[in-house]
Amino acid sequence: MNDKLRKLTGKALFLPIFCMILVLCINVVYDIAQGNRFYDFFVISIQNGVLYGRLITVLNRGSEVAILAIGMTLVVSASAGTDISVGSVMSLRASLCCMLIAGFGVTSVASSADFACPMLLGILAGILMGGVCGAFNGTLVAYLNIQPMVATLILYTAARSIGLLLCNDMIVYIRTDAYGLLGSGSIGVVPTPIIVALVCVVVASLILKKTAMGMYIQSVGINKKASRIAGLNSKRIIFMCYVICGLFAGIAGIIASSRITSADSNNIGLNYEMDAILAVALGGNSLAGGKFNLVGSIIGAYTIQAITTTMYAMGVSTSQAPVFKAIVIIIIVAIQSPVVKAWFSKRASHKEKEAVKA
Amino acid sequence: MKTKEKKKINSNTLLLLITILLFIVLYAAGCMAYSSKGFTHVQTFLNILINNAGLICVTCGLTCVMLTGGIDISVGSLVAMDCMLLSVGMSKWGMNAIVMCILVLVIGVVFGMVQGYLIGYLEIQPFIITMAGMLFARGMTAVICTEQVSITEADSTLFYKWANIKIKLPAALGYTNSKGVLQVPYIRVGVVIALLVLIVIFLMLRYTKFGRSLYAVGGSAQSAAMMGLDVKKTKMKAHVLSSFLCSIGGICYCLNTMSGSVQQATGMEMDAIASSVIGGTLLTGGVGNVIGSFFGVLINGTISSIVKTNGKLASSWPNILTAALLCFFIVLQSVFALLKDRNKK
Repeated sequence: MNDKLRKLTGKALFLPIFCMILVLCINVVYDIAQGNRFYDFFVISIQNGVLYGRLITVLNRGSEVAILAIGMTLVVSASAGTDISVGSVMSLRASLCCMLIAGFGVTSVASSADFACPMLLGILAGILMGGVCGAFNGTLVAYLNIQPMVATLILYTAARSIGLLLCNDMIVYIRTDAYGLLGSGSIGVVPTPIIVALVCVVVASLILKKTAMGMYIQSVGINKKASRIAGLNSKRIIFMCYVICGLFAGIAGIIASSRITSADSNNIGLNYEMDAILAVALGGNSLAGGKFNLVGSIIGAYTIQAITTTMYAMGVSTSQAPVFKAIVIIIIVAIQSPVVKAWFSKRASHKEKEAVKA
Repeated sequence: MKTKEKKKINSNTLLLLITILLFIVLYAAGCMAYSSKGFTHVQTFLNILINNAGLICVTCGLTCVMLTGGIDISVGSLVAMDCMLLSVGMSKWGMNAIVMCILVLVIGVVFGMVQGYLIGYLEIQPFIITMAGMLFARGMTAVICTEQVSITEADSTLFYKWANIKIKLPAALGYTNSKGVLQVPYIRVGVVIALLVLIVIFLMLRYTKFGRSLYAVGGSAQSAAMMGLDVKKTKMKAHVLSSFLCSIGGICYCLNTMSGSVQQATGMEMDAIASSVIGGTLLTGGVGNVIGSFFGVLINGTISSIVKTNGKLASSWPNILTAALLCFFIVLQSVFALLKDRNKK
């Protein structure tokens, strides 16, 4: 019994799945306490031709964090550091895209006839911008040996402000259905963000599984010097991780901006970097780099969204929600910490000894 | 061996010198460009101090943590929580100003102890723990009160009096304004507190055992442990000190704004980190000085002061300029580090 339990808890995906189940259980308990049916959380119906339900809301709203978590996992794995600029880059991307589409200084566009440049071009430029930001971070981290957090601090501070400049200090609205498709629209019955997130996850995991890329990243993360001696270009791999992270931040930025069909530089992607980092930690990945588990991060991302949605459903206000998130983070990282783990295993072995004695 | 040591000191003092020089150049540029708008008055400089008194305290604490190789990003939220607690305590609960200040300081110490314990003894990454601390403090601010609360004279005469004390400097530094009235430059209580904190921390880092052990832990935790230093305890103490100074900073900040709101002091942690880095503190730990951090804060303040005096520039320029400076300084730091490596070889 004990052995089985240890095997189970030792699995890489144990923590994220356990947390996910815990959150779902809390929802069930809450529903029962409220006098609702206990499976209310899982009910999925179709309203106005689109899937509807709390589970769908979690999947839908969690798309951005899930997409960011992919890039963040790679960055954490390869460089043992976090990219804290992703939220700001999302905002910059949204600003650039909306500015290009609407034209500089224009605050509101209502029909596609008024577009200053084709929408697709704007979106592509936006994603590219994410890549450029990633390349900037990557250069600083990989080639100048600057600590990841500090290097990305530059864009964390600047990107949002540059976005504001691009938008002439205003919120640019693009009120067309075509622009809203990616965020608030749907393909068939499934909301588009879910599909976009799914595509991103599938593409990323295919690349990581089918090519040697994933192994290279892990090997650089475990030992940079040894990988270099083994013939890997460690610097380029770290650089690439940051570019990929930037590109994914760009895609997440599109969804976020399309959701509100505008570029609200001050609010898009606010605190998303925290959620993304938390998703990686929740996914059972060590923030000290090395081995990573993409599936864990994705589950972690949706778990965070589930926590957020649950809290809103319970009537906790947006500004108070961070308290609970903080407590969750502390508990999770405390469980994961090497000292606590060592203490648990010591206790377990002590018990075994006593059992033998008896 | 001796020459090597000399070189090391040189590259670090060089960074500090560049920072001070940059501040002088920036300020001189501001004076030249906006002399007609009163930038040359002593009061403009003092206003930078008055507006950044809180940030100076916070940055001093953060520098101590960064010296050990850690980081504390919870400071901005903690300042917001302190301000909110002070405001609500005095205006809604009708508490005494002194009681509230002591309460805030105690909360700072407890906050620092929890963070420090988790970081030092449970060996969790400082970034993650202080991020949780940041979310927690910001959330608690909203739990205390979600709306903006201001402190009026009726709420606490004592606190109001503190906030309005003008400590006048010699009249010779003043100027006569267009109406012919002599304007004597002044500073506020917050500035005095901040400068005191700065001096105390400077002396502590230089002359006390604890100060030197901060450098030792940051330089190499392993060597420090072999030397017999309690690394875990030092790290914890550094965090307690940081959060305590943060609470003092919160009081200074509140004396300046006389209000508390959930969105207060957002991004302050990044300002503080930027100031420290611009001031020559290495994020890898072991190198840095509060005097440099002080000039870092001044540079930050000068930039925003110039942008404000100009009046036409968009509000986002200070952020961009700070980021550009930050970029410049960390690239400079890394170039120095690379050169040092090459010299060793």
